[in-house]
Amino acid sequence: MNASKRTAKSGTRGVTLRTAGLSLRLDVRGAVVGLLLIAVALVMSVVLIGTGDFPIAPADVMRTLLGDGTVAQDFIVNELRLPRVLVGLLVGAALGMGGAIFQSISRNPLGSPDVIGLGQGAAAGALTAIVLVKGDPNVVATGAVLGGVLTGLAVYALAWRQGVHGYRLVLVGIGTSATFTSVNGYLLTQAHQEDAARAVMWLTGSLNGRDWDQVWPLLAVCAVLMPVALGQSRNLRMLEMGDDSAYALGVRVERTRMVLMGAAVLLVASATAAAGPVAFVALVAPQLARRLTRSPGPNLLPAAWMGAALLVTADWAAQRAFGADQLPVGVLTGMLGGAYLLWLLVTERRAGRI
Amino acid sequence: MTTVDTTRTTVDTTRTEDDMDKDTRQTVASSTSGTQDQRQRLMAEGLTLAYDRRTVAEELSVTIPDHSFTVIVGPNACGKSTLLRALSRMLKPTAGSVLLDGQSIGSLPAKKVARTLGLLPQSSIAPDGITVADLVARGRYPHQGLLRQWSETDERIVDESMAATGVAELADRYVDELSGGQRQRVWIAMAIAQQTPLLLLDEPTTYLDIQHQIDVLDLCAQLHEEQGRTLVAVLHDLNHAARYATHLIAMRGGEVVAEGAPGDVVTAELVERVFGLRCQVIDDPETGTPLVIPAARRSRTARVAAPLATAAVSES
Repeated sequence: MNASKRTAKSGTRGVTLRTAGLSLRLDVRGAVVGLLLIAVALVMSVVLIGTGDFPIAPADVMRTLLGDGTVAQDFIVNELRLPRVLVGLLVGAALGMGGAIFQSISRNPLGSPDVIGLGQGAAAGALTAIVLVKGDPNVVATGAVLGGVLTGLAVYALAWRQGVHGYRLVLVGIGTSATFTSVNGYLLTQAHQEDAARAVMWLTGSLNGRDWDQVWPLLAVCAVLMPVALGQSRNLRMLEMGDDSAYALGVRVERTRMVLMGAAVLLVASATAAAGPVAFVALVAPQLARRLTRSPGPNLLPAAWMGAALLVTADWAAQRAFGADQLPVGVLTGMLGGAYLLWLLVTERRAGRI
Repeated sequence: MTTVDTTRTTVDTTRTEDDMDKDTRQTVASSTSGTQDQRQRLMAEGLTLAYDRRTVAEELSVTIPDHSFTVIVGPNACGKSTLLRALSRMLKPTAGSVLLDGQSIGSLPAKKVARTLGLLPQSSIAPDGITVADLVARGRYPHQGLLRQWSETDERIVDESMAATGVAELADRYVDELSGGQRQRVWIAMAIAQQTPLLLLDEPTTYLDIQHQIDVLDLCAQLHEEQGRTLVAVLHDLNHAARYATHLIAMRGGEVVAEGAPGDVVTAELVERVFGLRCQVIDDPETGTPLVIPAARRSRTARVAAPLATAAVSES
């Protein structure tokens, strides 16, 4: 086995590991960034578990997580706060990866699920469940997934004309998003007061009161779909060069795109079902990850780690600054993400892309 | 890295049976059977080509002679780019079929086709922040797999492709920073790295200034002559086509009007029939190939509208 690092001759990125019939490539910077982001996410998770009305020191959190805490600590950590943090990590990772897929397919940072209406579609499903069906949380979650998936199908169908093109996907998505926003507004005006309060709470995106019931389905979805998406990531990288180039290189363009969009829609819809439409993580995480790795291509894994780190950090900051359960995490990500979106719009405009 | 090189050579000898070698052998085998009527590697039979409901061509049959530098010419909207898209399986014909090595191209596995037939599309998008070397390396995609991501062969061929197109010294530069001419060379390098015996180019000289146009065409001619690849290009400039093609296909209204060696095909009558342009055809003083000289404005206008022409003369 030998490893050659960024050979001066060919100048391609990364380190290569080779044995007789086998060669693997590793983007060192991407891998280091990924590991750092995982570390940040885990450290912040421990800190977040220790944060609240009963603060627990990180060392005690670790001990309790390993099964060595007092009964009270065990209840607070493993029953109350751990599932909430796990939901945060999974939602962040799912939104990050889903966002990276959409931005890559639309070849546009604005082509993220927040902007093209998946969040609003999922919200419409959830609001229908809350306001019209008055369903329990499981019904609401199902409504959100259904709403997200139907929106995804509608956007794909409307944007499809001999293949889906990035620009059209973004424009159709913005139209869809606007439509669902008004549908959601209508549903809210029709709601009784307590339904409306519940709906508004859901719409902000929050990790409050999340328990193991939200963890397991989301974990299952991520465990199945993330490997599927990662398996297609080489094809996705080719797709970024345009459909014609990807065809010429032997990528089955439309099939790749359908598999990836399906996976991304389900990831985003499931995340939304678990935590509500947490704003802008799907938009911001892939962009930040890409800037850190400085690697061209979709950066699916770094985007997922970044999403997880961002969400638990935002949840911790919201709790720290405003007290436990006072400010839903979605408000904070919304404010920060909104500022980022404005900055992105300005720079994109300067670069002449919109 | 010198320490690595010893193992490298041993690996290389085990891998002489590379895809390109296989393909080249096939090429040689098929070319011994020779002439036009016999089966060539790339043919189209009875194609009907259409976008949505607009039919571009019907009953179109074309044979690309092996080892030729075939150039397709014709006026705008004559269907030449459409034909190229069909030949490269980018456009599915509504009737008829494109045959690659005797098999319908649509029925072959996509990656297998990509190892035999390459395409330089009219527009490609360089991903943000990609270097020249990384972009050219993407041409190796059809030869790679999950467990074979970047072999010695891949590395060697990428280096060779960059050297052949003169972009080796740009290897570490970002593609966004390059000039149009340099960028086109990088895309050609990527197509070359794909190591396909057949390479289709869709208007490879568009948007380039004259020096870079000739550069790119010289490069194509070199690929054709030195590596024995079959090239098919769509070109706008009839004089470029006449100078570089070994086989010319002239199209108009979705039909092949004439084909053959440029010296036989390019005549004043043909140019008038295909492009509706009155001209003289003389010998190119550099190469002896046909050179099309459009008729002067006065004699052209005189033909279309005689009274207007006389008015113009009296004014001057």
